[in-house]
Amino acid sequence: MTGENPALAARGVSKSFDGRSALKGVDFEVGPGEVVALIGPNGAGKTTLLSILAGIAEPDSGEVAGDGVAWVPQQAALYRRLSVQENLLLFARLQHDAGQTDENPSLMVKRMLDLTGLAERAADRVGTLSGGNQQRVNIAIGLMAGPSVLLLDEPSVGLDPAQRERLWGFVLDLVREGTAVAFSTHDIQEAERYAERIVAVAEGEGIFSGTADELRQAVEAGGARSEDLETSFLAFLRERGH
Amino acid sequence: MRWLVLKDLQILKRSPLQLTLLVVYPVVIALLVGFAMTGGQEQTKVALYSQIPASESLGLGGEEVDGSEIRNQLCGRVECIEADSASDAKKMVESGEATAAVIVPEDLGDKIRSLASLNPESPEIQIIVNGSDAVESQVTDDRVEAMLSEANLLLAKRLSEGAKDYLDLILKGGQFDLLGQKIEVLGLKKSEQILRQIEPKLPPGTDKEQLARAVRFAHLATDNLDLAGPLLTAITEPIKADKVEVGDEAPSLDTYAIGVTVAFALMFVTVLLVAGSLALEKEENAFTRLTAGLVGRGWIIFAKVGLGTIVGTGVALILLAGLGLFIGIEWGRAPFWLLAIVFGAAAFAAAGAALGAAAREVRAATLAAVMISVPVALLSLVPDDAVGPAIETAINLVSAVFPFRPALDAITGGLELSGPSQWLPLLHLTVLTLAYGALARLALRRF
Ligand SMILES: Nc1ncnc2c1ncn2[C@@H]1O[C@H](COP(=O)(O)OP(=O)(O)O)[C@@H](O)[C@H]1O
Ligand SMILES: [Mg+2]
Repeated sequence: MTGENPALAARGVSKSFDGRSALKGVDFEVGPGEVVALIGPNGAGKTTLLSILAGIAEPDSGEVAGDGVAWVPQQAALYRRLSVQENLLLFARLQHDAGQTDENPSLMVKRMLDLTGLAERAADRVGTLSGGNQQRVNIAIGLMAGPSVLLLDEPSVGLDPAQRERLWGFVLDLVREGTAVAFSTHDIQEAERYAERIVAVAEGEGIFSGTADELRQAVEAGGARSEDLETSFLAFLRERGH
Repeated sequence: MRWLVLKDLQILKRSPLQLTLLVVYPVVIALLVGFAMTGGQEQTKVALYSQIPASESLGLGGEEVDGSEIRNQLCGRVECIEADSASDAKKMVESGEATAAVIVPEDLGDKIRSLASLNPESPEIQIIVNGSDAVESQVTDDRVEAMLSEANLLLAKRLSEGAKDYLDLILKGGQFDLLGQKIEVLGLKKSEQILRQIEPKLPPGTDKEQLARAVRFAHLATDNLDLAGPLLTAITEPIKADKVEVGDEAPSLDTYAIGVTVAFALMFVTVLLVAGSLALEKEENAFTRLTAGLVGRGWIIFAKVGLGTIVGTGVALILLAGLGLFIGIEWGRAPFWLLAIVFGAAAFAAAGAALGAAAREVRAATLAAVMISVPVALLSLVPDDAVGPAIETAINLVSAVFPFRPALDAITGGLELSGPSQWLPLLHLTVLTLAYGALARLALRRF
C-alpha cells in the first residue's frame, strides 16, 4: 500500500440502501500527492464510496480519516443559465460563508478563472460551454477551499478524447502543485494511463489494490491471457464470480 | 442564504419565458378583470314597500314632492316589485326574488318637513339587501346609493334655502316662532350698533337694561349655534338609509373580485416558481454540491420560500396597480393587504417547495403545481350553499389544507375594513407555511 501517513483513509466501510448492500467493508487510501483510480463496472459502489470519503454520506459501519478533502460530483453541478463567473462567484460566496475559505470571493473567482484558463469565457453561460470546459468549472469549484485531496467522480464521462486529454492536463497540473487526486472511472485504460495506483471494486467489494502492472499480473495469474487489459479485467471479474 | 435567492433571481432574469409570464400574466389578468367589472350591468329587481299614500304631499320650501314622485324616481333606476308589507319585502330578498328591498316609512314626510324646522329629525328609509351574494349586493348598493344621493341633492337645495333664513335672522334680527311663542331676536348687526352707542357714554352701573339685552342675545346666539350642527348634517345627507343585511356577511364585490384575482395570481406564480426552482436544483445536479457542507437542506427551503415571497408579492403589487386603474383600491389600508399578500405568498411558496421536493423534476413539478393548485383554488370558491353537506365538508377540508382560501380571506379582509377578519386567516397561513415547509424538508431527504 502507500506510505505511513495517508492523506485520506477508509477502513471497512459498509453502506446499504433499503436493505441492499452497496458497499461491503471496503478499504481505501490516498497518499499525499498520489493519484489513485477507483475502477469498477456501473453500480459497483464507486460513487457511494467517494461520497463517504468526502463526508457527504455517512457509512453504516467503518471509519474514514482525513481532512482537506474536496469532492467534485459526477455530472457538472452547475447552473447552466448562469455564466461561468456567476457560478464561480456563487460557490465562492457560499464556501466563504460556510467558513471553508477566508479568501475574498471576487479574488477567488479571478484566481479560478486563471487556473481553468476560462477567463475569456467568464461571461458565457455554462450551458453554452463544451463538456470539458464545464467539467473544469465543476472541478474549479472543488478546488476553492485549497484541498489536499481532490475526489473526482467519473470526471471524463461524456468527453471526447481531445477534451479528455486537455482535462487531464489540467488535473495533472494540480497534482504537480501537490494535490492528491482519487478519481473513479469504468474505463480501465484511463486508470492505467493517469493513476499511480488502481483500486478495483465490484458489487460493493474491494477486489484489488496495486499498480497497473500488478493488476495485469493478477489477471494473468488467474489464467486469462490477453494483450488487452480491459478484456483481461473482465475475465478476472467473471472468474471471481462478479 | 441570500446568495441562493440572488442566484435564483439571476436565473429568473435569464428565463425570458418565465419572466414574461410573471409580468404579463398579472397585467393581462388585471385588464380582464378590470374591464369585466366596469362593463354593462343589468337591471336589478327591488322590492318596494311604501307606507306613504301616493297622494301625500311632502311640501318643502315652496315646491311640492308627493309619494308617487318618490316612487317614480326610484323605479326609473331599478325594476320595482310592489310588496304588500315590510315582511313581504324582506321575504322577497331572502328568496332571491329581489336583490334588495326599500321600505319607506309613513313618517318620512313629517321628518323631511322637520328638516326645515328647528328640531330637524333624520328621515330614514330602510334598505334590505341579501349580503350573501357579493356581486348582487354591490350592484344593488350602487343603485340605491345613486338614487339616495339624487333625492338628497334635491332636499339639500330646499334646505339650504331654509338655513339661509335662520342665518338672516341671527344676522339682522327679527321675530321667530319657537314652540308657539314669539321671540324677538336682536341680531348681530343691531347688537353691534347698540354696544357702540353705549360704550362712549356709559358710566359704570347704569343702562342695565341695554346690557341685559346684549347678554340675552349672547345667550340666544349660543343656543342658535347648537342648532347649526344638526342642521348642517341634515343638509349634507338629509335622508339616511338604514341598511340591514340578511344572510351571511360578504365583502363588497370590488373587494371580493380583487381578492380572488390577487389570490389566484399569487398562487399561480408562487407555487409554480418555487416548485420549478427547487426541482431545478436537482436537475442541475447542484443540490448535492449545495448540501455537501455548504448549505443545510432547511436553509435551501427557507431560501426558496423567500424567493417565492419576494416574487409573488411583486407580481401581486403589479396586479393591484393595474386593477387600481379600474377599481378603487384603498391605498391607506396598504399595510393590511400587504401583510396578507406576504403571508399568502409565503404559504404558497412553502406549498410549492413541498411539491418541487416531491416531484424532483422541473416538468413534473410544474405540471403537478398546475394540476393541484388550480382545481383546489376553484373548489375554494364554490359557495357553501351551492352543494350538499357532504361535499361542503369535503370542500372545506380541501380548502383548509391548501393556502388559497385563507389567502383570499386575508386579502379581502386587508382590502376592506368591513371584510372578513384578517387575523385568523393570517394565523392559518402561518400554520400552513410551517407545515408545508416541514413536508418539503421531509421530501428533501429522498431528493
Ligand atoms: N441514494 C441511493 N438510494 C438507493 N440506492 C442507491 C443510492 N445510491 C446508490 N445506490 C445503489 O448502490 C449501488 C452502488 O451505486 P453507485 O455507488 O452509484 O455505483 P457506481 O458509482 O459505481 O456506478 C447501486 O446498486 C445503486 O443502485
Ligand atoms: Mg457513479
